Amino acid sequence: MAVKKSSKKPNVSAEELSNYYRDMLLIRRFEEKAGQLYGMGLIGGFCHLYIGQEAVVVGLEAAAEEGDKRVTSYRDHGHMLACGMDPNGVMAELTGREGGYSKGKGGSMHMFSKEKHFYGGHGIVAAQVPLGAGLAFADQYKGNGRVTFTYFGDGAANQGQVYETFNMAALWKLPVIFVIENNQYAMGTSQQRSTSSAEIWERGKAFGIPGEAVDGMDVLAVKEAGQKAVAHARENGPYILEIKTYRYRGHSMSDPAKYRTREEVQKMRDERDPIESVRTLLLEGNHASEDDLKAIDKEIKKIVNESADFAKESPEPALEELWTDIYATEVPQEAEA
Amino acid sequence: MATEILMPALSPTMEEGTLAKWLVKEGDEVSSGDILAEIETDKATMEFEAVDEGTIGKILIEEGTEGVKVNTAIAVLLEEGESADDIDSATSAPAEDNGEDAKPAQAKSSDDGDNEGGRATPAEGKKQPEPDTSPDWPEGTAMKQQTVREALRDAMAEEMRRDEDVFLMGEEVAEYQGAYKITQGMLDEFGPKRVIDTPITEHGFAGIGVGAAFGGLRPIVEFMTFNFAMQAMDQIINSAAKTLYMSGGQMGAPMVFRGPNGAAARVGAQHSQDYAAWFMQIPGLKVAMPYSASDYKGLMKTAIRDPNPVIFLENEILYGRSFDVPDVEDYTVPFGKARIWREGSDVTIVSFGIGMTYALEAAEKLAEDGIEAEVIDLRTLRPMDTDTILKSVMKTNRCVTVEEGWPQGSVGGYISGVIMQEAFDYLDAPVITCTGKDVPMPYAANLEKHALVTTDEVIEAVRKVTYR
Repeated sequence: MAVKKSSKKPNVSAEELSNYYRDMLLIRRFEEKAGQLYGMGLIGGFCHLYIGQEAVVVGLEAAAEEGDKRVTSYRDHGHMLACGMDPNGVMAELTGREGGYSKGKGGSMHMFSKEKHFYGGHGIVAAQVPLGAGLAFADQYKGNGRVTFTYFGDGAANQGQVYETFNMAALWKLPVIFVIENNQYAMGTSQQRSTSSAEIWERGKAFGIPGEAVDGMDVLAVKEAGQKAVAHARENGPYILEIKTYRYRGHSMSDPAKYRTREEVQKMRDERDPIESVRTLLLEGNHASEDDLKAIDKEIKKIVNESADFAKESPEPALEELWTDIYATEVPQEAEA
Repeated sequence: MATEILMPALSPTMEEGTLAKWLVKEGDEVSSGDILAEIETDKATMEFEAVDEGTIGKILIEEGTEGVKVNTAIAVLLEEGESADDIDSATSAPAEDNGEDAKPAQAKSSDDGDNEGGRATPAEGKKQPEPDTSPDWPEGTAMKQQTVREALRDAMAEEMRRDEDVFLMGEEVAEYQGAYKITQGMLDEFGPKRVIDTPITEHGFAGIGVGAAFGGLRPIVEFMTFNFAMQAMDQIINSAAKTLYMSGGQMGAPMVFRGPNGAAARVGAQHSQDYAAWFMQIPGLKVAMPYSASDYKGLMKTAIRDPNPVIFLENEILYGRSFDVPDVEDYTVPFGKARIWREGSDVTIVSFGIGMTYALEAAEKLAEDGIEAEVIDLRTLRPMDTDTILKSVMKTNRCVTVEEGWPQGSVGGYISGVIMQEAFDYLDAPVITCTGKDVPMPYAANLEKHALVTTDEVIEAVRKVTYR
């Protein structure tokens, strides 16, 4: 696979590295906790975990500037944590409580934060792709220099509206970065069995949209590619990043995992884990000690446990909430950077 | 502290399962992500992973056990430094205790909610309808003759002059001047930034429009006809209509989807469908379907200013018709306020959009025979001014509805349901719903005419309900 690796000797500070470690670990521990709460029946319905893909959002958020927007699919917990949304509010939305980002009315797949420029959380595969281009359209219209990260999976890449959007984004030079999170499986169907092209980003060439494949298990490679994409999008319009990643868990919680072997998953975990590799960089470069990392682990564990407690203790939404937010009486003010 | 590993729920509906196989044994060290056991549900066998790290202190449920309830403790996990002796008796507690933990997640609220059935606003006994009967314009207002086409264009242009964030996008809206010439002259006035020709790609540009609305703009998305909006249905319903609710009020889609709807003439089944009843069903959408030029103008201006997604259903046959339009600077018509075109005491005829042509024509002919019909133009279907309908029916005791759409799940069907629930005692005859025929639109001229609702059918329905 023609994947771009980060340079062997990464030019990053110890602080930056340990931030990536921390941010990725937060997502992983948060998702493990969500899985646990799901098992306890505290989280209902569909719950799609991000474990394994952490480097994608952490790397790209490192390339984003304040005011840039992001929109994604239903596998959205990682994106929300990475853009700085409050873990308590996210977890409480998962448990369907008043303290959740959508007051418990959206759930795992439908969460938003105007403040953090996070535009969902969309449950229909690929529907977020034109929405992301529309956000970019609004930014271009206003001339505010912002870009929109529009995330979708390898599965969504076979939906027609993606290419309708590619066409218009290229035609109108919209400041949008199409991020294909290729975790190799569209639910239970592998890329080989569903997708005619081995390199999905190359489909952009038909529309004149440049792009590249990126090693999604390497947070530094993702960040580097992200910076390039952002620079291009701000000046010249759309750019595609196909980020080769891997999800360790099932598509959703109810996944029989019959479409791939346990060994395949284990091998990825053992050899390519994005958190482990940053951990190794930190230790081997003497940027951090075991104790430093243990302290981070402990801090993360505390945040995650607090979010779970908050999500359990926050009350269910009042019954009156059934009838609110169906119609707006005035347009909510756009949070500007 | 020793923690219990509980039987997990592995799907939205799972209540119990079989603990098929343990992949760890007592004394094993595990870390998060390790597979502990295989659990069989009615759908599949699934792997169950550890979430915390520790040592398996005790296995409480043997492999092969069937019918293990969700949240039953199946094993005990020890933390660093603990031994199996630390497991107190409480940890082998049965499912009841653990059940407590899961209790708040039970969706109880739906059972004891106050929602009393289908009406959007729960009915409170026999409340008297109180329609807004104020006139649309003050007496003595100067009027001018305008076609529906001109009224629509003026409404959009006025709003675009008023608000820089309003823009228009769609197929052939700019250089071609509109496939039905609605947008004539708009490119010249507002330029290509605000009057945008799109490729033929309804799903895509509808989604871009919704995204632009999320991003703070006020899009007007034109569909060349609403038949093509079928391609964009997901973006209209799932993205535009539902986001305000799903985001807990944080963001929504203040925008207008507009274009001709319903049958034109001789364009066959795929280009001749009335979507009024479809869109009217969706909470989160507002739906306007005007008849006269003044309402096209006043409602379009209201639609553009409304902070919600509005479906604006126009009619190609009406585009060229002229009506009196108030010659005032800023003419708007509120949503949810019907217009009584003709007062009468013998029967209420309710219609909207092009259906009004049949309703008014029938009323005139019936008047020749001494039957005085009250004719109500709903103007907007969501919100729907049911108060005006009910008040009228309480006076006339009879009702006929008129629309071009299909009979099953029709607008008239909804109206007759409302009348039955709110004014049953006032009815002297069953409500009759006059609709298009229950067939795809045929091409042949004679068949097409027959497939649509006709004035004669309305007259016949009125005679039936008035027994005259």
